[in-house]
Amino acid sequence: MHSFGFRANALLTFSLTILALMCAIASLSDNFNSPSPTATVQILSVNRFQRKSSGDDEVGFTLDISADLQSLFTWNTKQVFAFLAAEYSTPKNSLNQVSLWDGIIPAKENAKFSIKTKNKYKFIDQGSNLRGRDFNMTLHWHVMPKTGKMFADKLVLPGFRLPESYR
Amino acid sequence: MDWQGQKAAEQLMQIMLVVFAIAAFITGYIVGSFELMIYVYAGGVVLTVLTTIPNWPFFNRHPLKWLDPSEAEKHPKPQVTSSVLKKKTSKK
Repeated sequence: MHSFGFRANALLTFSLTILALMCAIASLSDNFNSPSPTATVQILSVNRFQRKSSGDDEVGFTLDISADLQSLFTWNTKQVFAFLAAEYSTPKNSLNQVSLWDGIIPAKENAKFSIKTKNKYKFIDQGSNLRGRDFNMTLHWHVMPKTGKMFADKLVLPGFRLPESYR
Repeated sequence: MDWQGQKAAEQLMQIMLVVFAIAAFITGYIVGSFELMIYVYAGGVVLTVLTTIPNWPFFNRHPLKWLDPSEAEKHPKPQVTSSVLKKKTSKK
């Protein structure tokens, strides 16, 4: 500690070490948050249900997505990425996941929303298995923190069924 | 900066940084703002820089007392005698 430069160096190193430690503890503090998000999805109408020339089924929806993801936000949350996927099983694949809609929620104020939207991404099956198919709507989310570990979880909304015939 | 000043500066730096870090974390956590934590800590670091890095008079209260040159002349440095040298060389 005999010179100006030596003191400046010691202070810089020590302060940055402590800053890293603070960020680590901030990340750990996220574990105390036990979120209880809610979501409901309604299919308002099936706009399109047909077999494409390639032989794959395609569905077009109008959806009503309501969700309250405010409890996911902590002081260490930068943003939340959420996406809605249709999940179902076919004889060929035990789990099919088709993303229908996604969104980035930048702040807690935007985390309670209700939107009516057509499916943002096409709902196309690998094959022709969608007639009369039961499926789940699953809301997945990834909580992106300011520092530290990223959390991901999902909410399964069962009980959806596609029409028996093309239209 | 004298010896005791250096020790004081190092200890003061460590204590101030740790205290500001704890205070920043607690305020940030209670207010629920990560930004506030960073700002409080940054303010603490700036304050610590101003306190411990410049060579303040506070750190120079215990100057070393060197002996006068005249005192050194009265007690001359012991000269290496030829007998010692011979012993050392004979051992080799």
